[in-house]
Amino acid sequence: MAEVAIENVEKTFVNEDNENSFTVFKDIDLNVEAGEFVSLLGPSGCGKSTLLNIVAGLEQATAGKVSAGGEPITEPGPDRGVVFQEAALMPWLSVLDNVRFGLKKQKLSAEEEMERAEYFLKLVHLSKFMQSFPHELSGGMKQRVAIARALALDPDVLLMDEPFGALDEQTRTMLHQEVQYIWEETRKTILFVTHNIRESILLSDRIVLMGTRPGRIVETFDVDLERPRKPSDPAFIELEEAINKKLAVEIDKVMREEIGDDYNSKKSALLYHSHRDMGDNI
Amino acid sequence: MQVEFTTTSLPSFLGTMEQLYVGFFETQILLGATAISFYRIVLGFVIAVVVGTIVGIWLARSKAADETLGSLVIALQSIPSIVWLPIMIMIFQSSGTAPIVTVVAMAGAWVMISNMRVGIKSVEPILIRAAQTMGYKGPELIWKVMIPASIPTFLSATRLAWAFGWRALMAAELLGTGGLGRTLMDARDFFNMDLVIGIMVIIATIGLTMEYFVFRKLEKRIFSRWGLSS
Repeated sequence: MAEVAIENVEKTFVNEDNENSFTVFKDIDLNVEAGEFVSLLGPSGCGKSTLLNIVAGLEQATAGKVSAGGEPITEPGPDRGVVFQEAALMPWLSVLDNVRFGLKKQKLSAEEEMERAEYFLKLVHLSKFMQSFPHELSGGMKQRVAIARALALDPDVLLMDEPFGALDEQTRTMLHQEVQYIWEETRKTILFVTHNIRESILLSDRIVLMGTRPGRIVETFDVDLERPRKPSDPAFIELEEAINKKLAVEIDKVMREEIGDDYNSKKSALLYHSHRDMGDNI
Repeated sequence: MQVEFTTTSLPSFLGTMEQLYVGFFETQILLGATAISFYRIVLGFVIAVVVGTIVGIWLARSKAADETLGSLVIALQSIPSIVWLPIMIMIFQSSGTAPIVTVVAMAGAWVMISNMRVGIKSVEPILIRAAQTMGYKGPELIWKVMIPASIPTFLSATRLAWAFGWRALMAAELLGTGGLGRTLMDARDFFNMDLVIGIMVIIATIGLTMEYFVFRKLEKRIFSRWGLSS
């Protein structure tokens, strides 16, 4: 039994004013096994975040079945921890209280609650900042608090929606290591949304490439590289190229739609390519 | 009762000081009047804050209430609350504390309602979603997320409610009975301009004290804790 089972899922937004409808994606089938790290990769607008929100229970699928741990998903629940792109910490609570905020619903004793919060803050290396307030932390630290908060609930599945998208390169690299460490330590099932190819290869067991117009799963890539992975590894680069090629087609589609007929990625690639040899052989 | 005050047609600094001294420490008329006024403003303010907060949250959460009661609140807000005093005097069959407190409460309630409504509505949706994923829902979501998140708005609203209430109180007391406002009118009737100025000094002092020593301090603390710059 898959930990997260997505069957024939469709999401359509209906505009109530003019009754226009827009289908984000349809016929999505995806199973995530327990303990697996799966990345959802795709261009903006392919609905990868929407799909994650449906698994989180924050949005409802228009059609199809979604279940977690064998139970159909109807609403958000602590069995599925979510880390958003923004840390979404409660600004009036200290770091420690933010982690405890989630635990309040678990009906633990005060000591147990404290112990768990401290344990997970230690796991993300934030023991020193337990009494700080969110506005005193850097973006990367806030995101680590958000991860600790989600993990403290002891969810079966951890859903991460472009968690490092708003961070700078160094912080992101550091957090990649941290996430790998956490995953090895806890072996949670992780569904990870990203638009960064390198990030997805670095972290996941399996990469699900999504396409757009209409949103769908284009291809699934298994990542059989040894951990810790190095972006300079030839196999890494090979996989990156392969995914990039597929992704470029989808991005092209998005750009064409956004910019219109002016857009031609092939032409501009020719014009600005450093090794262009137009007319050399005449 | 006011006979012991000297009558001067033009106020002087020393005369004002003397009137304040006499009023507070000898006849204690000013002390009593200040106490009455303070009691009224505090009572009216508390009512305004409690009612305003509850109604404000209700309007923010219920679309039906917002579309009916919400527009009524906006209409009522444009009526200076002092014009309710004649009706209140009729209703309460008195011109003392009850109608005046009602007017003070009304002055503050409207601004409390509209600010709380906006405050709750503008809570960042991401915070609500995050709390939902942790199992919070319904009234708990309002109590544990929306209300704490809108504390800074709440504080600015209370500050306005106090300022509006204080102005309404003075106007109402000029027309009603008891308190600093009435004493001010009495002083005028006796041509005691020193006392008139003295009472104005008291009014200004209370206003400034509340502003600087209560609201500013609270705001500074809350805003820095919430990570907002004031």
